[in-house]
Amino acid sequence: MKIIVCIKQVPARDSQLKVDASGRWIQEGDLSFEINEPDAYALEEALQLKEKHGGEVIALCAGPARASQTIREALAKGADRAIHIEDEQVSTWDTLGLARLLAKAAAAEKPDLILTGLQSDDLGSGQTGVVMAELLGAPSATIIMAVEVLNGNIRVKQELESGWFQHIDMPLPAILTIQSGINKLRYATLMGIKKAKSKEVKRLTTAELGGATAPTATTERVYLPKKAKQTQLLEGSAKEAAAKLVEKLKFEVRVI
Amino acid sequence: MSGILVITEERGGVWNRMSFETLAAGQQLASELGQSASAAVPGQGSGALAAELASKKLDKVYAVDHELLNVYTADGFTAALEQLIRKVQPDYVLFPHTYQVRDFAPKLATRFQQVLVSDVIAIRKEGGPVFVRQLFQGKLNADVKAGGTAPHFVSVQAGAFRAEQVQDGSAQVETFTPELNAAAIRSKPQPPFRESARAVDLTAAEIIVSVGRGIKEKDNIAMVEELAKALGGELAASRPICDNGWLPMERQVGSSGQTVSPKVYLAVGISGAIQHLVGMKGSKTIVAINKDSNAPIFEVADYGIVGDLFEVVPALIEEVKKAKG
Repeated sequence: MKIIVCIKQVPARDSQLKVDASGRWIQEGDLSFEINEPDAYALEEALQLKEKHGGEVIALCAGPARASQTIREALAKGADRAIHIEDEQVSTWDTLGLARLLAKAAAAEKPDLILTGLQSDDLGSGQTGVVMAELLGAPSATIIMAVEVLNGNIRVKQELESGWFQHIDMPLPAILTIQSGINKLRYATLMGIKKAKSKEVKRLTTAELGGATAPTATTERVYLPKKAKQTQLLEGSAKEAAAKLVEKLKFEVRVI
Repeated sequence: MSGILVITEERGGVWNRMSFETLAAGQQLASELGQSASAAVPGQGSGALAAELASKKLDKVYAVDHELLNVYTADGFTAALEQLIRKVQPDYVLFPHTYQVRDFAPKLATRFQQVLVSDVIAIRKEGGPVFVRQLFQGKLNADVKAGGTAPHFVSVQAGAFRAEQVQDGSAQVETFTPELNAAAIRSKPQPPFRESARAVDLTAAEIIVSVGRGIKEKDNIAMVEELAKALGGELAASRPICDNGWLPMERQVGSSGQTVSPKVYLAVGISGAIQHLVGMKGSKTIVAINKDSNAPIFEVADYGIVGDLFEVVPALIEEVKKAKG
């Protein structure tokens, strides 16, 4: 089975974010970056499917030069090779523009299965996988919690709302968006890190894939949200703040 | 092209309540643009539900009715709604941001060379409409303008608009029969199921102490459990804790877990991503303990302690025990 996993590099989860001078994006200078968490689960699922059924796992990533670190980590965990669509302008594209390039790069590989995370931790639009499926003419299913291969088809377990699930049977090739928690993430081994250094990373430019397309939806402004509620902050040392909270719970909320 | 088309959602003849929130958003957008709103109800035999919307302030209600829409499939719904949109030619198509919409709306938008402006929390008017959506798990907001050629596609977040604000009026109900081909529907869904009966019913709890990623390690959860016990409450968690297997899934609060509204919800080390907030923001009093003063949980918290939970929680256990004598 040939599996492509689309991964994205995003700011680390506990980053302190500041809006940049343009007011349309964040200051990236002093941030550290990591793999988008749902994509890490998609990669793990691909590696497990390969271990069960054989084949190849290719990591596909569109991002600036710094994304090569995340690609290396995917190779260290066990991806066989990688494709890096390298462009410093990736954050200015919209989902359709990005998906067009990813789909073109993926199509050339003729994969049996494409996996990606259900959404990114930064933009959170949750669409890239589904849009790629439409562009490639492949069936798709989202928010997937299990993947089983059955004689050339797959059976997936899709998460519905409020604790419900359903199984869906679909033909290959297909595109799935993977939910966090579908599996247990592995760590890269020392051997894996060593091997990753000699694995192939194919670099593609945007121009080679037909060029970037102008975004349809545009972000005009990025800002800190206004609070919906006035939060009473309880200050002081841990002990003082705890004592103040117990006061509130006892005399205002009346649950103690 | 003009008008707003709201795509509603039902399952087995029962409305998803977010349909009405989206209708309210559609009516609001229509009045700001000086246009009219219509609604579509896709499904098999959707006429009965469509008729329920005849008393709302809408131009038309389309019962998008076909036997192949009996159960949801991405291929079936995309094809049916593509045909309806090409006929109606609206400026904006609005959806509730449900799991089902996430499954097909991006595909539908792509057929019109458009993107879905997803998970919108507010619509403002500045010349044209500006859609507000969250970035970075709710840490930042972004103002987004839809561009390109209409129709524009927008999905609205649960709770962002109020269902009871749907305006009454009258609407003409029309049946729309799409041309669908069974062979073109590639995925075969099986009936929905639940993993297991829930042993823990968090919805009955008066006090919930909920733990998130900030707890760092499984062994540290005991500390939060002790706090829950001291307060006489139930222990709950955000999704990553259950994903890691640190607590069973049945203790998960949020869009994929339980929706709770206790007297007090105490969030320990939970940043407050929207998937979590939708499950607990109806709580009467919300307390947040978090080291990041910009964490979105503080947007809904009544009381907050900005600090290290590993210092605050033990202190709190001691104070609660003291107060209870």
